[in-house]
This record gives sequence, structure tokens and C-alpha cells, in this order.
Amino acid sequence: MNAHLRVDWRAGLSLVGTILAFLSLAFVLPIVTALAYGGEDLWVFVVSMSVTVGFGLVLRQLDQNPDPGAREAFMVVALTWLFAAIFGALPYLLAGNGTVAHPTNALFESMSGFTTTGATVMGDISFDTHSRAMLLWRQLTQWVGGMGIIVLAVAILSQMAVGGAQLMEAESPGPGVSKLTPHIAETARVLWFAYIGFTLLLMALLYGLHLAGFAPEMDLYNSIAHGLSTLPTGGFSPEARSIEAFSPAVQWLIVPFMFIAGVNFVLWWHLVSGDTRALFRDNEFRLYLGAVSTLSVVVTVVLFFDASLQTSQTGQIGGHFERSARYAVFQIASLTNSTGFANMDFDQWGGTAKGVLLFAMFIGGSTGSTGGGIKVLRWLVILKSLRRELFTTVHPEAVRPVRMNGKSLDEEAIRGIYAFTLLYFCLFFLGILLLAADAARVGLDLETIELVTASIATLGNIGPGFGIIGPMGGYGEFPVTSRLLMILYMWIGRLEIFPVLVLLTAAYWRS
Amino acid sequence: MHVVVVGAGEVGRAIATNLEETHDVVVVDQDPDIVEELTYSLDVLAIEGDGTEITTLHEANVEEAGLVIACTDDDEVNLVICGAAKTLTDAFTIARVRRRTLLETWEGSEGAFGVDFMVCTDLLTAQAIFRISGLPGAQDVDMFAGGLVRMAEFEISPESPIANQSIQDADRYDSLTFAGIFRNGDMIVARGETVIEPNDRVVVIGSPDSVSTFADDLVCLPQTEHEEVVIVGASEIGYQAAREFEEHGYEPRLIEQDPDRARKVAEALPNTLVMQSDATDTEFLEREHVDEADIVISTLGSDERNLLVSLLARRLGVDRTVAVIENLEYAELFETVGVDVAINPREETAEEIVRFTRSNRAEKVAMLEHDRAEVIEIEVGADSALSDRTIMESVADLPEGVVIGAISRGGNLVTPRGDTTLRPGDHIVLFVDATVLDQVLEAI
Repeated sequence: MNAHLRVDWRAGLSLVGTILAFLSLAFVLPIVTALAYGGEDLWVFVVSMSVTVGFGLVLRQLDQNPDPGAREAFMVVALTWLFAAIFGALPYLLAGNGTVAHPTNALFESMSGFTTTGATVMGDISFDTHSRAMLLWRQLTQWVGGMGIIVLAVAILSQMAVGGAQLMEAESPGPGVSKLTPHIAETARVLWFAYIGFTLLLMALLYGLHLAGFAPEMDLYNSIAHGLSTLPTGGFSPEARSIEAFSPAVQWLIVPFMFIAGVNFVLWWHLVSGDTRALFRDNEFRLYLGAVSTLSVVVTVVLFFDASLQTSQTGQIGGHFERSARYAVFQIASLTNSTGFANMDFDQWGGTAKGVLLFAMFIGGSTGSTGGGIKVLRWLVILKSLRRELFTTVHPEAVRPVRMNGKSLDEEAIRGIYAFTLLYFCLFFLGILLLAADAARVGLDLETIELVTASIATLGNIGPGFGIIGPMGGYGEFPVTSRLLMILYMWIGRLEIFPVLVLLTAAYWRS
Repeated sequence: MHVVVVGAGEVGRAIATNLEETHDVVVVDQDPDIVEELTYSLDVLAIEGDGTEITTLHEANVEEAGLVIACTDDDEVNLVICGAAKTLTDAFTIARVRRRTLLETWEGSEGAFGVDFMVCTDLLTAQAIFRISGLPGAQDVDMFAGGLVRMAEFEISPESPIANQSIQDADRYDSLTFAGIFRNGDMIVARGETVIEPNDRVVVIGSPDSVSTFADDLVCLPQTEHEEVVIVGASEIGYQAAREFEEHGYEPRLIEQDPDRARKVAEALPNTLVMQSDATDTEFLEREHVDEADIVISTLGSDERNLLVSLLARRLGVDRTVAVIENLEYAELFETVGVDVAINPREETAEEIVRFTRSNRAEKVAMLEHDRAEVIEIEVGADSALSDRTIMESVADLPEGVVIGAISRGGNLVTPRGDTTLRPGDHIVLFVDATVLDQVLEAI
């Protein structure tokens, strides 16, 4: 037996323990919030924090000197996210309020938060049922998961300096980690600084709007809460009506920040460091911008000419340009990059507009952004390589590398992208089938569109879908088995399939 | 001047041949057979040894040298030779390299590697290909006086409007001077009464516009908006040529047989359509409409294959063919059997290097018809025999075989006529018969 050929699970678990112990610091914010709002649920978070730290430190003891390799990286990444979700569910369980007191629901809500899905099983989202600390914790899980737990750990934990690049790559396997600086930790820090910077900016602007009188509902708590879920493209809101509860000024302000969150953060870093052309030189950014703008225009036009569309909250939308544009732009920006905020119940839109929204859900954010989904870069590569296929049909001898930002891509990388996308769609269809079978098993009558959007909304970390899981609904009506499947889907989707699937193959564990 | 040439390959030999009469040339090479052969064939001192070694350089008396030329086949070795020579002497060092990236590095900080002048063989050839391809019908093209003056050589077809006309009659182009005519291997200096016969090759010197107009008149082909360029063979020269075309807004096609090389150049050339195929596959050429190309440039590794491709392209109906040839002896043969222009990298390199051996007088040199004549650019000094005299007067003192083709005065082009007075500071572009070149250089 050769020790090097086996997965060093001790080293892997030990590292997971370290990250978990460090991650427990996140409980400080709800503890402070609880203290600020009269101590409600304070003990819940103190206990959760203690348990998490304790467990993390115990795991850490498995290997005093962990030296994880490439194989262990998958395990570390996959398990870190799983454990984060499990321990993040503790507060919901301990507080015992509402539907999230159920273990499956608690784990669902926690996984949905950390993976920035924003799908909820919370029946009653209000301060009557849940404490402010609890709802803020729900927001915070998204923020922690947004830029990536591993990226955060690499930025802060010195012991992850070596091998950090491998771990970051495993966490977000898209284009490979582009090191901005020689030290990977420095790169991770840069990304997090940009992330923190935008978050604070949004919070300040939201609260500024409130102080200026343009956003009566957007108090300090809400400003912080929504700052915590916009930048990670999360989608949770402590308001049951999501962003619809806020003034048009707030809705318009959130749009650019959702857009920012879907752009590769490396580009923002370049922009801040003086390279003003970095953004528009980037092929992926241009496609992302083009897709969001085009779809927004299309939906605006559709809504503008839909005379029947109105709700008690929104009033008449058709014929009203600002409203049509606001609802269209907001929803496209929100669903393209998997944020999942809603500024109205888009489930009431007509078929065409809903069709565009469904299409948008398959786009995803950019690589290196906090957005989920298939991601713009993959679509770009696929489109370019398809164009090449057409070209080589006419000119069979032509040698045409697929170029991204002027650099030609490896054929292997292109194959990988096709494989990923195919696998993604396989899982998506499998999800529809399994959810349908499970619903039939318990006699639940679901529309096809509900099954379809439930599958893509969890796998793509989007959150809301259509029908019962529409923006004003939730996932609570699905049977427990379906919810467990969706927990798996959110986990798989966030880590871009491979790290989780690899752990589930026998070959990984054999020599 | 004492000149040390390291490396007696094709380029080294060409340079030595060019310099043997006027300079003391020492040639260093590692191959004893070549050294022995050189000793008897050229009027130079041939030394066997490794040019990167100080002892060899001592032996070549590099301390006395005014010029050290490193032209072995190995880029890095050439750089080391220059670096080593610089430790012993202040001589001007010239390194020949193939790789353009090295040239770019050197250009970033001139004098790097101890190299005073770097000649990138493949790039020079590629540039020559581009220059010639840009002018329809031209056999050779070169620029002088910072682009103000263009020299070009054309073959006159029987249908040409100036065929069978005297120079006097043909001279109806503004700011264009007929300099010389090559006929059946003879060089004729253009005089007013000289008659231009079909199949002559005429050398004209003038403003770029006038040369272009002249070229268009000669060719009488409908000029397509964007020329269709096909390059065969992704050798370094083929690749660099494609790059030159790309940089000037063309979208050339490049045919390369080796899949790895094809992939590599396809990655490096975003605006070139690279095709992986055998360029002698007629079916492929027809399918890709290579016959409709305006120009086919063959830069394959072997002269024979280049000839084959050029002839094939010709038969398919391509207007112009340009072939790179390694063996200078083939040049005329190729041009006789149907290749429009044969370009020899060695010649291009030698041209560039020879320029430096005359750096005290001539600013730019172009060799014509494989060095039967030269076009040189000279600044008229205050003490020059040409200074403050009309052209008619000074030409009388010069040997036969010299034509003043163009004058650049203060950045403006002056068309030379008999009564034009030359002033100190003028740049003149001269067409000179190679046999009287040294006399001419001495006289002015």
C-alpha cells in the first residue's frame, strides 16, 4: 500500500476543522445584533458559535501538520461548504421558530444562504416569528459564501498560503485562478477587499437614501441586511416582499450593484488600480453587459405593451415607461447573475416576459464574480467554438483557435467547458425528473414550469422560480426528500459540480 | 577597415564576398573544411575557431577591428560573440538573428547584449515580401529619405503602355525619374533616347504616389479593394510575412502542412486564416479558391517546393507569385520560368549589413538584380564634388552608370532635372552600376 496514492482524509478534515473554527467568528455579528435588539436569541448564537469552534478544533486535531494535495483539495472544499451549511443551520434549529425549526428546513435555509441561492423554506418572514439577529444571520450566511469561503480562508489563514491556489481553483473551477499578485493570499485579500468595499458602499448609499427621505423603509438594519445579500448575489431579504417593499429609488440603486456583483472582481481590481480600459477589453464583460442590456430592453418593451399587467402594489405597469423599465431591468439583472431578488411578483408576468426570465436564469454571472449558474465565459466559449464549427464546415482545413481576450484557448479547456455544460444540463433534467417523481409520490400536483424552475433555481443558485416557488412563495411545499435533493443541488451548483461529484466517485477513494 | 565576420554560412559568405575588395576581412568559422575552402575562394583571412572564445577573437585581431559581424546560424551564439567582442574592442558589432522576439528585446534597450546593430533575417525578408507585394507588378521596392522617396523595379510586358517608347516619351509622370534598365542581363543607364523594350526591367525612383500611379498604369489590372494574399508555408519567414500583412490591415491566408505549427501560428495571428493542408493538393487549392488570390507567396523550406507551388499557383490563374529562395543561383532561373519575384533572405541580410560598412557616406542601400546595381542614399556634404553645382555639371565628372534619382531637401521631394543645383544638406538617391560603385563613392 502506497500512502501517497490514498486520499489523506485526516489532513483534509484537519484543514476543514481549521476553516470551520475560523468561520465561527461569523456568529459575532448576530450576537452583536441580538445584544442591540434586546438580547433575543442571544444564547442561540453563543451556543452555535461554541459548538462550531469546538467541532472545528476537534477536527483540527486529526492531523497536526496537514499537507493536503490536489486530491485533498476537492475534499476540503466540498466538506468545508457542507459543514458550513450544517453548522450554519444550528441557530434555526436552536431558536425553534417557524418552519425552519425542522432539521431539513434548517439545513435547506443554511445551504441556500451559504451557496447564495436565496431559495427559502421560511414560511413567515417577519420579525414576529424570527428575531432580528436570526434574519440578519440568514443574510450574513450569503455574504460569507459570496466571494467564497475558501477564498476568505486563503486570505486570512497563513497556513493556506501553500496550496491555496489549488483550493481556490477547486472552489470555483471555471477559468483557473488568475493570480493578481505573486502571493495567492494577497490575491484572495484583493478580491475580498473589493467585495467588502462594494458591500460597504451599497450599505452607505442605501442608508443615505433613507436619511435623505427617499427610502422610508430602508432603515439601518435593512441597509445592512440588503448590503449583505446584494453583493454575494444572494437574494434573501428580511422583508417577505423582497425588494418590492422598498421605494423605486432603492430598487434603481440595487440594480447597478447586482450588476457589479456579476462581474469578475479581478476586473474591478484592475479598474481601481488605474487600468480604465480593463473592463471593456474583457470579452466576458462585454457579453455579460450585452446580454443584460438586450434582455432588459426586450422585457421592458414586453411589459410596456402588456396592458393587463398590474398588481395592488405596483399599480398599472403597461404604458408606464419608468415602471416597465424598472421591473424589467431589475428582474433581468437579478436573475441573470443568480441574485434572485424580486421587486415585484414576476410570476404574474405574461408568457413572453417569463420566457425571457427563464432564459436569463441559464446565463449566470461572470467567472470570478459572486454569481452562480453556467457563467458567461462558458457560453462565450461555446458560442465561439460553435461559430468555428460552422466555419470549418465550409473550410475543413482551417485552423482556428478559439480566442478569449486575444489569447487562444486550449482545446482541452474547451472540451472541459462542453463537458461541464453538458453535465450541468444532465443534472438539470435529472432534477426535473426526480422532483416530479417525488411530487407524484406524495400526490403533490406541480406544474412543469415549477419543476423546471425549481431544478434550475437550486442548481444555478438563483433562488426564486415560477409558481409556488415564485418570488413571493417558497420551497416549503416540496416533500422532505425533494428538499434534501435541492440541498444537494445547491451544494453541487455552488462548487460547480466537480468537487462534489468527484467525492461521490469510487475512483477518488481508491488508490 | 578591419572587419571580423564570424560564421561563414550563407550570410557570412555573402557579406565577406561583398567586402573583400574594399576591406580587410577576417572570417571565423568552426568548420575546417569551410575555412580551407574560403582561404582559396575569397580574398579574406579565414580562421578556424569558436567565435565566442576570447582566444579566437584575439587570433582574428578583433582589437583592430572597426566592425564585428556575428552571423552564425545560432541566435544566442551571435549575441555571445558580440558580447565577447565588446570586452576587447569598441568595434561596431552587428548580430544576425532569426527570432524577432530577440530583436524586440534589443530594440527595447539598444546596445543590449553588446550588440550595436541587430539584423533580423526573417523579419527583413518578410518586410521585403510585404513591400514588393504592395506594389502591383513590382520586382523590388525600397524606401529612402524616411519614406519620402520610393524606388521600384518593374518588368515591362509587351502590352505595357510604355513598351517601345523612349525614356523621353515615357517620362510623363510627375516627380518620377527613370534610373536604369536591365535587359538580358545587361545594365543600361537610362538616357532620354533609350528605348524601353518589352521584357525590360525598369528601375524608377520618385515619390511613393508617382511610383504607385506608374505601377497601376503598367499593370492595367482592375485594382481590387482588398488584395487577397495567400502565403504558403508557415516558416518563420511565412509567419513574419503574415504578421506584416496583418499589421497593414490585410487578412491573409496561410497554408501550413504541419498541424502543430499550423496551430501555433494560428494562435499568434488573429487576423490570418490558417489552413492545415498540403499546398500542392490541387483539389484543396481549388476548393479554397486560391486561384482567385491576387498574390501567392511561397515560403516553404525548400527552393524546389517553392518553385512547384509558384508554378502551380500560376497554372491555377494567380496574378502574381513571390517565392523565397535560399540558393541565390536559382534566383534568375526562377524568375525566368514563371516566379514573378524571387526573394533571397541572404541578400536582404547582406544588404542591411553592407549599409553599415558604408555608414560614413551612404545612409541607405538597396541592391538590385542580385547586386548588379545599387540604389544608395547620400547626404551632400559642403565639401562634396556635387555641392553647389547643377546636376548636368556634376554628372560630367562622375563615371558612367550613375543616375540621380531623387533629391530630398528639408523634408520635401525635389525632382532632379539637368539644371537642378544640389546644395549641402540635400539627401540624394542615386542609382549606381555596381561596377563603378566604389569610384562613385570616392568621387562624391
